[in-house]
Amino acid sequence: MKRSGRGTSARWLTIYAVAYMVFLYAPVVLLPLFAFNDATVVAFPLSGFTTDWFAALWRTEALVDAVRNSLVVAVAAAVLATTLGASAARAAARYRFPGKGPVMGFIMLPLVLPEIIVAVALLVPIMQLGLSLSLWTVIAGHVLICIPFSIAILSSAFQGLDISLEEASLDLEESRWGTFRRVTLPLVMPGVISSLLICFTISLDEFMIAFFLTGTEVTLPVYIWSQLRFPTKLPSIMALGTLLLALSIVLLVVAEWLRRRAARRQGIEASAIGGLM
Amino acid sequence: MGLKLDREARSGLLLVGPTAIYAALMLAAPLFMIVTFSFWTQNYLDIDRTLTLANYRTAWSEPIYRVLMVRSLVISLIVTAVTVLLAFPIAYFLSFHVTRRKPLWLFLITVPFWTSYLIRVFLWKVILGFNGVLNTALLDLGLIDAPLTFILYNTNAVVLTLAHAWAAFAILPIFVALEKIDRSLLEAAEDLGDGPLRRFLRITLPLAMPGVVGATLIVLIPTMGDFITPRLVGGTEGMMIANMIQVQFGRANNAPLGAALAVSAMLVVGVVSLVIYLAGRKFGGRVR
Repeated sequence: MKRSGRGTSARWLTIYAVAYMVFLYAPVVLLPLFAFNDATVVAFPLSGFTTDWFAALWRTEALVDAVRNSLVVAVAAAVLATTLGASAARAAARYRFPGKGPVMGFIMLPLVLPEIIVAVALLVPIMQLGLSLSLWTVIAGHVLICIPFSIAILSSAFQGLDISLEEASLDLEESRWGTFRRVTLPLVMPGVISSLLICFTISLDEFMIAFFLTGTEVTLPVYIWSQLRFPTKLPSIMALGTLLLALSIVLLVVAEWLRRRAARRQGIEASAIGGLM
Repeated sequence: MGLKLDREARSGLLLVGPTAIYAALMLAAPLFMIVTFSFWTQNYLDIDRTLTLANYRTAWSEPIYRVLMVRSLVISLIVTAVTVLLAFPIAYFLSFHVTRRKPLWLFLITVPFWTSYLIRVFLWKVILGFNGVLNTALLDLGLIDAPLTFILYNTNAVVLTLAHAWAAFAILPIFVALEKIDRSLLEAAEDLGDGPLRRFLRITLPLAMPGVVGATLIVLIPTMGDFITPRLVGGTEGMMIANMIQVQFGRANNAPLGAALAVSAMLVVGVVSLVIYLAGRKFGGRVR
């Protein structure tokens, strides 16, 4: 009796899970459908196949500029956040120091602050100091919100690191820098790359901070926001969204694969989300 | 305190230093400034630096701000409740029923959230619109005679869109909490004669509570600060406090009032979060 009871609840749960996945993927599936649809309105029924909307993207100068700006911001934010995140993650995993809990907690705070608070909090000093808004101000904001993600990813990499390997290297007369470069870095490299990719993806998609802190040069999400008002631009936006979706999936698959390979190499059991929790 | 520990502390502080300084400069100082700023006033083009509570009086007494604040909180709470309730069975399913390919399921759940947030929200507008995907499908199937209008440009649309936007953030913490539950406790409850429902209420739910509280806070706090979804799918009745903050910093050119609204919103959501956290601690975590 127990058995059959569990069977029906399992069946219902499976049905629910499938329905939920349909709900999750509904918008994502529509994106490529409309991107290749040969009509100027984003609505059903679909009228035919075209790649015109993708071709139109290359001819839009403002868009090409926005993509370039976004790439600059995302690369800079990813590199800076990963560097700062790595040193904090290493400090937390390897050393005991006074005030560790509060300091790490404060560094992780942007994870739970509403983005609009981070955005206006950064905007106020910039206005007061009379600084002009530029891509640099956006980068500063993105580094701030990317650091917690970087730490989350890298702390598992540093925790899994066997200290005796570094000690062995130091005992063998290798310098500190040499030890870092030849022992530590190769071992945490997959984590570092994974962090770079995740930070890059977050920055590329971040809207709220970019919206408040961007000057005349806009990033991609800010550009998309400005275009959503114009119905004729929508099919192009769908095409753009499709490309972004494809790019994000590729980056995420690579990041996830690297993270898992690193975890396997260090011999620790890693659930797919262990790093973020 | 020995020398060794001192050196260890120094190394640790040196290593965490740059990141901590960055957070202090880019987060602590700005947060301090925005609080100070909220006590100043906008005097046409200049900022009057006399400390005053005027902005807070306006923010808490004028009906428009009060209405927006209350509505934002109510919408955020509804969104959070819907999101967490929808997410719990999925987390449960993943933890207790999926045996093979668990990482793949988790990956599939996170993929939609790494796509452009703006475009995802906009696609809900396409789905829910008057000539939208949902209405067209229902009309074609003959289930309705006229397009449904109660699904876009109102609170329902905001709730649905945000429940979708934050799904993964609700599922993952609950899943982690469920994974930690010692399965032998469940067997013990069963052996002692608890039925599935009783067992769930007495063992699974209390032990999953930290995850549920985590999910609740992760969804609630950022939702209070969102202005994209209200703007795109909310219509006038779906407008939230973040939209007003944005207006004050932009068109209305009253940044100090915007700052006061932002600080007030933070306080409100902070207090509510604290209550939820304490309630979760009180009612969960122990097996009764």
